[in-house]
Amino acid sequence: MTALTSPLDGGWRRYAVRLLTRSDLASSFGAIVIALLVGAVLILAAGADVVTAYRTLWTGAFGSPQNVANTLVETVPLALVGVGVALSFRAGLFNIGAEGQLLLGGVAAALAGLALGGAPMPVVLPAMMAAGILAGAAWASVAALLRVHLGTNEVLSTIMLNYIAVFLVDYLLNGPARDPASPLARTAALPPSAILPVLVPHTTLHAGILVAVAAAAIGQLYLSRHVWGLRLAATGLNPAAARNAGLPVRRILLSTLAVSGALAGLAGMCQVSGVQGRMITNLSPGYGYTAIVVALLGRSSPAGTLVAALFFGALTVGGAAMETGVGVPASVVTIIQYLVVLLLVAHSALRLVRGAAPRAQEV
Amino acid sequence: MQVWHWIVSDAGEGFFSATMRLAVPLLLAALGAVYCERSGVVNVGLEGMMLSGALAASLVSTSTESTTVGLASGVLVGMAVAALLGLFIVVLPGDPVVAGICLNLLALGGTSFVFRIVVGTGGTTRAAPTIANSPIPGLRDIPLLGPLLFNQTYLVYVALLAVLVTALILRRTHWGLLVRASGEHPAAADSVGLNVNRTRFICLVISGAFAGLGGSFLSLVSSNQFVENMAAGRGYIALAILILGHRTPFGVLVASLLFGLGDAFQLRAQLSGVGVPYDFLLMIPYVLTVVTMAVFGRRLYTPTALGVAFRRGQP
Repeated sequence: MTALTSPLDGGWRRYAVRLLTRSDLASSFGAIVIALLVGAVLILAAGADVVTAYRTLWTGAFGSPQNVANTLVETVPLALVGVGVALSFRAGLFNIGAEGQLLLGGVAAALAGLALGGAPMPVVLPAMMAAGILAGAAWASVAALLRVHLGTNEVLSTIMLNYIAVFLVDYLLNGPARDPASPLARTAALPPSAILPVLVPHTTLHAGILVAVAAAAIGQLYLSRHVWGLRLAATGLNPAAARNAGLPVRRILLSTLAVSGALAGLAGMCQVSGVQGRMITNLSPGYGYTAIVVALLGRSSPAGTLVAALFFGALTVGGAAMETGVGVPASVVTIIQYLVVLLLVAHSALRLVRGAAPRAQEV
Repeated sequence: MQVWHWIVSDAGEGFFSATMRLAVPLLLAALGAVYCERSGVVNVGLEGMMLSGALAASLVSTSTESTTVGLASGVLVGMAVAALLGLFIVVLPGDPVVAGICLNLLALGGTSFVFRIVVGTGGTTRAAPTIANSPIPGLRDIPLLGPLLFNQTYLVYVALLAVLVTALILRRTHWGLLVRASGEHPAAADSVGLNVNRTRFICLVISGAFAGLGGSFLSLVSSNQFVENMAAGRGYIALAILILGHRTPFGVLVASLLFGLGDAFQLRAQLSGVGVPYDFLLMIPYVLTVVTMAVFGRRLYTPTALGVAFRRGQP
């Protein structure tokens, strides 16, 4: 939004924008607090002590260098996919298909890494990234082309493409891409040159976090400082007006969904190369869906999405610790996560009722 | 050729009754959504309503040993989830797609949570009592139509009757007119003194009841227990069926039978081993959805005010 209003900004207007941004932060924080309170009720229902449970959650996420590393590792796919989803939201598109795009990106990256077996790391890793990006972008483009040329609703088509991708990956891992030496449906282990380097010795923190931060930074600059970012936002605000102004709306929609898919594919590459060391069928515990909520919590801004991804990563890692430590099902954390966003939806709707103008980053 | 072989052989009876069994959950969810979308409310939350209904029906009928009580609670829970969604998208003008998707993900987490609390981590429920077929004497022996229509559980007969009743309500009753007015021109309906948002809320709750019943069908008839994420995208497929069926009761019936047929085909092909990897057969219903949406999606009828929150005094 700042990009759209900045040429006209007077002093009072800049002040108003800053105030609204601050109230965004306040409402996100309020939603988180309410959701944590509901979570407390559920923890009580599960027969555990709330303070102990939440303390276990906190130490599970941040209690030691290794725990912080785990949280950051969990942040990587959420941030990468989330930034892509945020960009598509800004263009007025719902990309619910990130899950499938991530899985296909993972397969493509693993196959590229295996094919280039002996080559040195500076060759293999970029090639794997390119493969993941291309596969994710291609899968998203199916939905994008259907939307742009046939008017097919992209919410339904991307969800259906997720299911199709799951079966496609299952087929590949049970058939052509399977490691013949293993009884499990998975590819062979990647060679050492195809593994993302570890950043902090003796932890699991891999270089993917740098990729995620870079993606969020580039996305933020693109949206606020680049002419194409402005065009993308204009299309999202009012496609008809954008078309009348002579913007290539079709191309904007196509490229935005493709970029969104590319980032999901890149997330798949990071999981394969940085976490699993091979492609497996359950590469993603629903990152593609969680990232939608992450992007919403981040108010569809790449920088906000990065922060939201860190929060969700911490909740996920801490939730797992809570399940093993206190015996509260980790799905409490899932409920907290989605409740946060439902509350935000209600909050922006309330603001609509009170008569404030809707703003672009609210979807 | 092989398909024809299944249809004419004895196994054909199984094929057609499987078609109906697989179509009914989709039909119920889509039929309820006819009310809701004709009144102007987009219901992306079908998936969550089905899933919650499936869990409630399974747990309650296991503990009470009564499928009737189980079904009733599946319907009630579906209605409750719909009312929750209504709070966000009818009472408050929240975005229906965002709220619906969040609700579905919330229902996924919520059902897993309740299921694990009740059953314990990693366990499954005791097999719930299931509903047996109640064939209609005489009619069940008609070739093709017999197994498709007349050798089913009573829920199937209820679903087919509901298609007829829904068509009558929407076309022939005053309230049906009100529903359609809310979806086509809410401001006009409001100006003659009709309460648009109350109608929309009621329609959304009706949709929740049907989706809850569809979910109960999954955990009481299609299977005899609840499995996490057992709706498996059926709520979204029902949305596609709704669009393909022009949001009319009979259109929805035909579209859901088409999907049931596709699903029955892939099940049968899996069992008899046609030399195609089973993953490709499992894709069929989802591919069918994308392809039919791509081919027919744009030319189909949509209520004018669909997805537009109504606020009095706003243009």
